[in-house]
Amino acid sequence: MDETLQAIFSQFDGKQEEIIPILQSVQNAYTYLPEESMQKIARFTRVPESRVYGVATFYAQFRFTPTGRNIVSVCRGTACHVRGAPAILEETARLVGLEGEGTTEDLEYTVETVACIGCCALAPCLTINDEVHGNLNKKMVRKLMEAGGK
Amino acid sequence: MGAEKRTLLVCRGTGCESNKSPAIQAALTGELGASDVEVKFTGCHGMCQQGPIVIVEPEGTFYSHVKEKDAPTIADSLLHTSQPVEKLYYKDPATDQQISSYHDIPFYSKQTRLVLRNCGHINPEEISDYVDAGGYQGLEKALFELAPEEIVDSVKRSGLRGRGGGGFSTGTKWQFCQQADGDVKYVVCNADEGDPGAFMDRSVLEGDPHAVLEGMTIAARAIGARQGYIYCRAEYPLAIKRLQVAIAQARERGYLGEDILGSGFDFDIEIFQGAGAFVCGEETALMISIEGNRGMPRIRPPYPAQSGLYGKPTLLNNVKTYANISLIVRNGADWFAGIGTEKSKGTAVFALTGKIANSGLIEVPMGATPRQIIYEIGGGILNGKKFKAVQTGGPSGGCLPESFLDVPVDYDSLIEAGSMMGSGGMVVLDEDTCMVDVARYFLDFTEKESCGKCVPCRLGTKQMLTILQDIVEGRGRPEDIETLEALGKSIKVGSLCGLGQTAPNPVLSTLRYFRDEYEAHVFENRCPAKSCKQFISYHILDTCVGCQLCAKNCSSDAIIGGHKEQHWIDQEKCHKCGVCYEVCPPKVFSIEIRTGESEAA
Repeated sequence: MDETLQAIFSQFDGKQEEIIPILQSVQNAYTYLPEESMQKIARFTRVPESRVYGVATFYAQFRFTPTGRNIVSVCRGTACHVRGAPAILEETARLVGLEGEGTTEDLEYTVETVACIGCCALAPCLTINDEVHGNLNKKMVRKLMEAGGK
Repeated sequence: MGAEKRTLLVCRGTGCESNKSPAIQAALTGELGASDVEVKFTGCHGMCQQGPIVIVEPEGTFYSHVKEKDAPTIADSLLHTSQPVEKLYYKDPATDQQISSYHDIPFYSKQTRLVLRNCGHINPEEISDYVDAGGYQGLEKALFELAPEEIVDSVKRSGLRGRGGGGFSTGTKWQFCQQADGDVKYVVCNADEGDPGAFMDRSVLEGDPHAVLEGMTIAARAIGARQGYIYCRAEYPLAIKRLQVAIAQARERGYLGEDILGSGFDFDIEIFQGAGAFVCGEETALMISIEGNRGMPRIRPPYPAQSGLYGKPTLLNNVKTYANISLIVRNGADWFAGIGTEKSKGTAVFALTGKIANSGLIEVPMGATPRQIIYEIGGGILNGKKFKAVQTGGPSGGCLPESFLDVPVDYDSLIEAGSMMGSGGMVVLDEDTCMVDVARYFLDFTEKESCGKCVPCRLGTKQMLTILQDIVEGRGRPEDIETLEALGKSIKVGSLCGLGQTAPNPVLSTLRYFRDEYEAHVFENRCPAKSCKQFISYHILDTCVGCQLCAKNCSSDAIIGGHKEQHWIDQEKCHKCGVCYEVCPPKVFSIEIRTGESEAA
């Protein structure tokens, strides 16, 4: 962990206004914010650890648990909602054995919702590992997930 | 063959990219690489529903739903046969007619594209494309021909109002910043487009990033700033990438950095990635977030123009506001003021989505009516359904009914109707959309996004959401409707920032125009749109041919009936996922949704 964090810190000056970009870089490296990293970020930016937690918990982007190897993000934007996003989420979660959003125990899948992917013309849509799939119905979700979700 | 050089434009906006347009571009380049036909990619062309889109210039031949395997046919038509590929033509949903050129497609011909002038026409990762299209001429004029006061005066006279939704006079804002004391000032671009159902800013950033950079640089010159920030949400990776490319190219060409174009004026821009908080679209929260804090709005005054980022005078405008600036400087304030209505000048960009035939990105003069936008440009309602309402302004806006279809759209008319312009989301709702559920959806959003600073917003939205949840799930009580109204009104007056002040709008506007739907849920145990699970049941009519498609797809094994036999649904087992309704062949179409019947039906 130390080396990865050092490499990240070396790109910054340790100023308070860098907390968000630092958190983003750490999460990019680990897929989440490990507990140990929080204290080190606090030291590096010379603020109390509570402040780092305060910032990290405020923003939806940050998470404190590891994600699955495949991340399925179901869009819950307005256009997607009126074209059936709730059913898409339900089906996606059901197919990997989850009740709703969450990560499977084997860390194979994380199913999450996002506010809006921004391709509303393709509603309802989801992304699997950053690749967008649009104009979905339940049947297509099944096909997608059967194809390995990759 | 004509002597004119042909260019193939492959749309690589987010919509088309997700439909594999990069592969199409590669295939076309492979086919045409050796010829004199140029293949290039562009940002969003706007008609996302028809994507992936390929356009042949100069004719303007418009190919829709292009697939990788169509590349050889398209190449062949250009190189050998000179016959366009008719099967890829756009088919008008209203008339079923094939249209060859996009100039003739109503979706485009009825628009006035200023902000979107270059989107879909230039390569956003190539600065010379932007310059060839007249780009950076506004900046040159601002640097060498106009004094800062003249720039501000021009923006003021143009009548441009903030495109982020607030609608404050842009020129007045600039004037405050210009007059504010201080050696250090900042120019900030708000690209934290968080409204669900809106993608205007994203498309501009992805399709024409230099227009935003140019607008910001002109602003910096006008107010005397040397540093700018673009606050862009991290959920828009493509927009961030294209901005980075654009900034690097602008620095290289001397449009950004020190001594811009030899004028002695210095200005540079940095990108700050937002981390997923809707409230950061509020100006004070946005600046507090750049400073590395929880993005919670603060009280105003002081306004950012006096004390903004790091306590310095700061000019903060939306992406589309900046994209208008270079045009105003280049073409003059009077030209701009000639477009639009008396109090709202210029154009409005809308992300037209929902139950509409042609979803996409459109731009019309202020004062266009929803009917023109939805029926003439948007091609009407999807699948011939009946129009119910149009939602504007995202979670801060409201739902407007059919009677509003002919009211000219501008900042003031929308507020009067109980909605607002917002940054430009326009979601069309049809007869199958439950208005109570839509209101619940938006409250669910704002309740989660409330920063928690003001009690009425933090707790009030929670209460409203709980009540709406109850109504949608069949636990509505007679007094609920009045409670919602009372709560909504007190949240509006008791909140500090725009989020709380407008959060009740979706509920209040649906109560104003669609009260009967609330009453049907609460008093009649019925969802008129047949959408809320608690109030509906699925039934198979005797037109069923017994194809078993629904039975195979049913996730709860609730459909009974053998091959070529009438099927029926075991209501005990059915969990109303609606997949049978989805898969029943359109020719047969024997699934019916009923509402208002007793549960055992």
